Amino acid sequence: MTAQEPCQPSSGGQCPSTEEGSRREFLGVAVAAVAAALTGCEKLSAEEFLQDKFTELSKSEVQTVIARLEKEYKEKYGKEVKVGNAPPVPGVIFGYALDLSRCIGCRRCVHACVKENNQSREPEIQWIKVLELEKEEGVNLQHAEHYYNPDEVPREGHFYMPVQCQQCKKPPCVKVCPVGATWREKDGIVVVDYNWCIGCRYCMAACPYGARHFNWGEPQIASKDVNPETHYLGNRPRPKGVVEKCTFCIQRTREGKYPACLEVCPTGSRKFGNLLDKESEIRYVLENKRVFKLKEELNTQPNFFYFYGV
Amino acid sequence: MSTLRNFSRFITDTIRIITTGGPIYYAWVALLLLLIGVGANAYIGQLHNGLLVTNMRDQVSWGFYIGNFTFLVGVAAAAIMLVIPAYIYDWEPIKEITILGEMLAISALVMCLGFVMVDIGRPDRFWHIMPVLGRLNWPQSMLAWDVLVLNAYLVLNYFVVTYLLYCAYTERHYVKKLVTPLVLLSIPMAVSIHTCTAYLYNGLASRPFWNSAILAPRFLASAFCSGPAILLILLQILRKTTKLSIKDEAIFKIAELMAYTMGFNLFLTAAESFKELYSGTEHMVYFQYLLFGVKGHNTLVPYAWASIICGAIAFLLFLVPKTRTNWVTLNIGCVLIYASVYIEKGMGLIIPGLTPDALGEIYVYTPSKTEIFVAMGIFALGFLVFTIMLKAAVPMMLGEFTINRSPKLDAAAAKSQEPA
Repeated sequence: MTAQEPCQPSSGGQCPSTEEGSRREFLGVAVAAVAAALTGCEKLSAEEFLQDKFTELSKSEVQTVIARLEKEYKEKYGKEVKVGNAPPVPGVIFGYALDLSRCIGCRRCVHACVKENNQSREPEIQWIKVLELEKEEGVNLQHAEHYYNPDEVPREGHFYMPVQCQQCKKPPCVKVCPVGATWREKDGIVVVDYNWCIGCRYCMAACPYGARHFNWGEPQIASKDVNPETHYLGNRPRPKGVVEKCTFCIQRTREGKYPACLEVCPTGSRKFGNLLDKESEIRYVLENKRVFKLKEELNTQPNFFYFYGV
Repeated sequence: MSTLRNFSRFITDTIRIITTGGPIYYAWVALLLLLIGVGANAYIGQLHNGLLVTNMRDQVSWGFYIGNFTFLVGVAAAAIMLVIPAYIYDWEPIKEITILGEMLAISALVMCLGFVMVDIGRPDRFWHIMPVLGRLNWPQSMLAWDVLVLNAYLVLNYFVVTYLLYCAYTERHYVKKLVTPLVLLSIPMAVSIHTCTAYLYNGLASRPFWNSAILAPRFLASAFCSGPAILLILLQILRKTTKLSIKDEAIFKIAELMAYTMGFNLFLTAAESFKELYSGTEHMVYFQYLLFGVKGHNTLVPYAWASIICGAIAFLLFLVPKTRTNWVTLNIGCVLIYASVYIEKGMGLIIPGLTPDALGEIYVYTPSKTEIFVAMGIFALGFLVFTIMLKAAVPMMLGEFTINRSPKLDAAAAKSQEPA
C-alpha cells in the first residue's frame, strides 16, 4: 500500500526535520497572519475576555458562550458550525487498542483525524504521529523514524506505531496546568478548554507521549474544509496560542460513533469501545491478546493500549 | 497625616532624583530605553503573528525565554544570600550591601515576570493565573506555586527596600523589630523561589534530564555562584562612581563564600553526569546530546563544555587566596562564573531536557531573531529598573538626600541667586 505523506516540511515548521527550510516558511505564514490581524479577524470581545472556565459556567452561560462561538464561526467561515456540549454518557469509560502486528504505517488515520477535528492546515497540526520502528530494535523510541516516506509501506524489517493522546487515568498534563484549563472527563477523555488555556505549554513538557500540540500561529482552515459538527471540548476551531490534543473524537464517540481514525483504518488495526462493557471488543482484546502500555513505568495508566493481534 | 505628607514628598523627591542626572546617566538611560523599544517592537510582531516567529515548536516547546527566566530566578534568590552572613553572623561589612542585594532581586524578578509574560501564548488571559482574580490550580501545579512564591518574594523585597529608604530619607532609624524578621524571612523565601522553580522541571517524569533528585540543590548551588558574581562587579563599580564605601574585606569574604558554593556546584554536576553516563540507561541520551551531540546534532556541545571549563577555572581562581584578592583575576573569575551559570541554567538546562523529544525526535533549537530582540528588551528593562533604584537609593543611603537636605536643589537655588 502507498503511504500518505508525512506532515509537509512546508507546513510552517510543525515538522522541522530540516533546520534551514522552515525559516522562509515563517515569513509567508507571518505575513498571512498579519493580514488576518489587520482585517480584524483577531478582535477580542469583552465577553470572550471575561469568560470563566467552562466547568464553572452555569447551563445558561454555556448556552450563551456556545451561541457566541457559533456566531463567530459563521462570520469567519461563512457557514453554520454547530458547537455541541454533550456530556459523558454514564457507565462509559472509553478505551482504545492498537494492533501493532497489523498497522502498516499508511498514515490514513493521521489525515482523517486532521479532517475530522478541524486542525490548522497552515501550519498543519497533526494529533497522531506514526513512528517507523526497526524490528531488530523493537519499541525503542530513540531509533524511531518520524518522517519516513518510502514509495510503499510497510518497509522491510520495520513496523509502525501510531501515537496519539493516551487518555491517561493519571494524566501528568492535567496535574501541571497552572489554571486547570485541562481535565479528565468522567468517560476518561482528557479535554482542554481552549477559552481558558493561557498557552504556557507546561502540559506539553509534562506529556510523555508528545500528544499535545500548540497553535504557534493563527490556525488556518479553508471554509470548505471546516467540519461543522463540533464539540466545545473537542474539534471546534481553535484560537491562536492555545494547546490542543486528541479527544477520541469526543463529538463522535459521545454520540455512539467510532473515532475517525478507526473508521478510516484499512487494516482493522484500531479497536475502540467501552471498557466497562464486558461484551465489548476492547474488553476482548484486553483479556485475550498480548497487551502493553507505552511507557508503563511512568505510571500514567493510559486507557490506550498496544497489542499484538497475530 | 504627617506620615502621608512625608511619604508623598518621598515619592516626588525620588522622581526628581531619578529624572535629573549627568550626561552619562542620561545616555545610559536613553540606551536602555532604545533597547526596550527594540524589544517591544519585536514583541508586538510576536503578538500579531503568534509564537510562530520564535523557533520553538511542539518538540522543543520551551526555549530561550524560559531559559532566561530560570537563570534570573537564581539571580533573584542569590542576591539575598548575602543577607545570611550579614544577619546570622552579624558580620558588619556586608550589612550595608544587603539593600543592594534586595534591589538586584527586585530587578531580577521584574525580568522573570517579563520572560514568563512573553512566553505565554495568550497574554490577554494573564489574569487567569493571578491569585484571587483567576483560578490557580493550587496546590497541584508547581507553576501555581511558583507564581505565588515569586510574587510574594517581589512584594517582600519591594517593601523592605522602600521602607529602609524611606527611613533614611526621613532621617529616622528603621524599626529593627519590623525589619529583622522580614529580612530573615527573605532567606527561606529566596531558597523557596529557586526550589519551586527547580521542582517545576523536577516533577516531570516525562523528561528524565530534569527528573533528578539533585536538581533543586544544583539550582541553589549554581545560583549562589552567579548571583554574587554580579554583585561583586556591581560593588566595585559603585564604590568607584559613588561615595558609597564598601570595604575590600566584604568583597573578599563574598568571593571566599563563592569558592565553596562553586566547588559544591561542580561536585553536584559531576555526580549527576557520573550517574547518567556510567549507568548508561536510555536516559543517557539527553546528557549525550548536551555534552557530545547525538546523530551529528551537536549545536549545544561547544556551549556545554565552555560552561564546564569556565566554571572550573573560576573555581580555581576563587579558591586560591592570592587570585581571589587580586582585582584582575577576581573580575575574570566573576565573568567566567557568570558565563558558566548562564549557559548551564539557561539553554543548557531547558534544551537537553526537551531534546530528544518525548518520542525520540531531535529538533535542533536555536533562538530566533525575535526571541533575541525580545530578551534583550527585557534585560534592558531590568537594568533600567535597577539603575533607577540605585540612582535614588545611593544618595539616600549616604544621607546626602533626605527630607531636610537635597544637594541638587540647594545648588539650583544657589545658581538662581547668582545673577541677582
